Amino acid sequence: MTETMFPDLAPASGEILMAIGALLLLMIGAFRGNKSTGFISLLAVGLMIVTLFLTVTWAKTPSYTFGDMFVADRFTSIMKLMVLVASALSVIMSLQYFRDEKEERFEYPILLVLATLGMMVMVSANNLMTLYMGLELQSLSLYVLAAFRRDSALSTEAGLKYFVLGALSSGILLFGSSLVYGFTGSTDFTVIGQTIAHAGAHGVNIGVIIGMVFILAGIAFKISAVPFHMWAPDVYQGAPTPVTAFFAVAPKIAALALLVRVLYVPFADLASSWTQVIVFMSLASMVLGAVAAIVQTNIKRLMAYSSIGHVGYALVGLAAHSVAGIRGLIIYLAIYLVMNIGTFACILSMRRKDGMVEEISDLAGLAQTRPGMATALAVFMFSLAGIPPLAGFWAKWYVFKAVIATAVANPAATDYGLIALAIIGIVASVAGAYYYLNVVKVMFFDPPTGEFVAQRSGNLAAIMGIGAALLILFLLPQVNGPLLDYARMAAASLIS
Amino acid sequence: MIYALAFYLFATITVISAIMVIASRNPVHSVLFLILAFFNSAGLFVLLGAEFIAMILVIVYVGAVTVLFLFVVMMLDIDYNELRKGFQKYLLVGGLIGIVLLAELALVGMGWGLTGHVITDPATAIPALAQMSNTQALGSLLYTRYVFLFQMAGMILLVAMIGAIVLTHRKRPGVKKQNVNKQVMRRRHEAYEIVKVKPGQGLG
Repeated sequence: MTETMFPDLAPASGEILMAIGALLLLMIGAFRGNKSTGFISLLAVGLMIVTLFLTVTWAKTPSYTFGDMFVADRFTSIMKLMVLVASALSVIMSLQYFRDEKEERFEYPILLVLATLGMMVMVSANNLMTLYMGLELQSLSLYVLAAFRRDSALSTEAGLKYFVLGALSSGILLFGSSLVYGFTGSTDFTVIGQTIAHAGAHGVNIGVIIGMVFILAGIAFKISAVPFHMWAPDVYQGAPTPVTAFFAVAPKIAALALLVRVLYVPFADLASSWTQVIVFMSLASMVLGAVAAIVQTNIKRLMAYSSIGHVGYALVGLAAHSVAGIRGLIIYLAIYLVMNIGTFACILSMRRKDGMVEEISDLAGLAQTRPGMATALAVFMFSLAGIPPLAGFWAKWYVFKAVIATAVANPAATDYGLIALAIIGIVASVAGAYYYLNVVKVMFFDPPTGEFVAQRSGNLAAIMGIGAALLILFLLPQVNGPLLDYARMAAASLIS
Repeated sequence: MIYALAFYLFATITVISAIMVIASRNPVHSVLFLILAFFNSAGLFVLLGAEFIAMILVIVYVGAVTVLFLFVVMMLDIDYNELRKGFQKYLLVGGLIGIVLLAELALVGMGWGLTGHVITDPATAIPALAQMSNTQALGSLLYTRYVFLFQMAGMILLVAMIGAIVLTHRKRPGVKKQNVNKQVMRRRHEAYEIVKVKPGQGLG
């Protein structure tokens, strides 16, 4: 009845390695207990690095496996590269935090590995079922991670809130998937795309479009795009800080990669329908990210609103509907990764003698007490705000350039307000600069209120230093060259 | 003849026990009626030739889910009369929602039908029952074509297990656990001592 050929495992070798690795680490943890947390964390980082090389060396040409449910190409490999880098750095950054909080538990790095596995599957999904499986594996791990400090009321609240809303969004996504399956007769992305392309004289059934919008809503929740962003500030604030650092980067990259594939493979011919949705989410996210962050006093909440805004900018690249737009999105995500990981390395260094602090006012006078950290954080803030010579400016530059190019190239066909999107986006980035610069002002011009304790390990300082250096040196062709080239190839591999 | 008899027997008991689930005053009785309803639905599935679903219904629903219900009902001290107090207050709104749902169901039922290529192009054809049993057909798909999703589902369940342990398991002090190694390694002099008791004095 069915072909019993053994599936080609090579395209999924990275995922298989991660799965086996997670099981082995779990065994080590189960026998050695919580005192082996540091060892397991290091092994997890090693595992991610090996997986990274496996995924990058693989997939020069698109290859499908497991009955076309799984795809590996240049786009997936660059996205997985970013996800793995973000996860590995999150593990490294968490080491000292949990040691200092005396909450070391060996499950933490293992859950991170499993979440990363889920994200890799999301990125490689070529079937609605694979999409859902990856998304659930990632989400379930993240719910647990959010509530990881179970004795802290804020952390458990964050976990519960994230779980309830996440379950709701999964339901919405599933509902959309079932509609799409019902009206196209397949869950395979390629087949759905063909069915829609050959829809006939009456056009595609309205049920497919409704299903697509539901799927979009479900994914928009995962990337916390407005109007599905409500959970983000509370969860970011309540979750343990290394978990927040992880939340802010890796899941967003994975979910955006998934969104790109869903929009460009199965729903490519419905672009006229989804562009409006993306333009609206993008606009609303940019504006809300810029406005709502102004009143925040907690730096983790600030970063939550900041990430909502940045998702808005990344979506601009999607709205452009061109190779340049996808390339802009990839570049944006890479730079976003460096900026956010760097900023969270700074936030994780905000430790006083009596514990962690996370108010912006606690940073007062940092330039006098810890000039190195203040300089690095200032670079990150300037970059997040998009001040020209730094990388953050170029991230915005590429997405806005792409969207304006699309709008200029065919003004008649794409009347979705792409020009307005670009203008409002640029205005929002100016408004958003206020709160980033406010942090810099507090650090450099306010009198010091207290001193942070010195970090015992150099991990965070190294991450800060390398991150800031990358952002400053972005204009050097040695730094931006590989990224720009690879992003272009990745984008081209998706849109043929 | 026997088929029809069996059908009406199972169907009647299913419906009656389903009504009893919501009608009985004692929640433990409700759960027991639920189990009865499940068993009879399993019988209906067997009549339809879906023996796999029938077995799943008995094993998963009766064996795990309802037993869990029973645990919850018996362990938690819930005052059911207190819960029923708002019944009359919400009767109107609840009834309205019920009527709306009923109307929607009726509309769906009247407009039912699959169109176009969905009928002619199903994702996976089902083999004839004479060639292959349900269970075999499911297995041969699950472990070949959908093996990736099957393994992913396993990872998700693993995460659920790790998560449950991470969030709830605590090491309590003073819990006595069996340690076989310690038991075996115990020497005689640790186990007992010989006390000379003088007659008429006791141990004091």
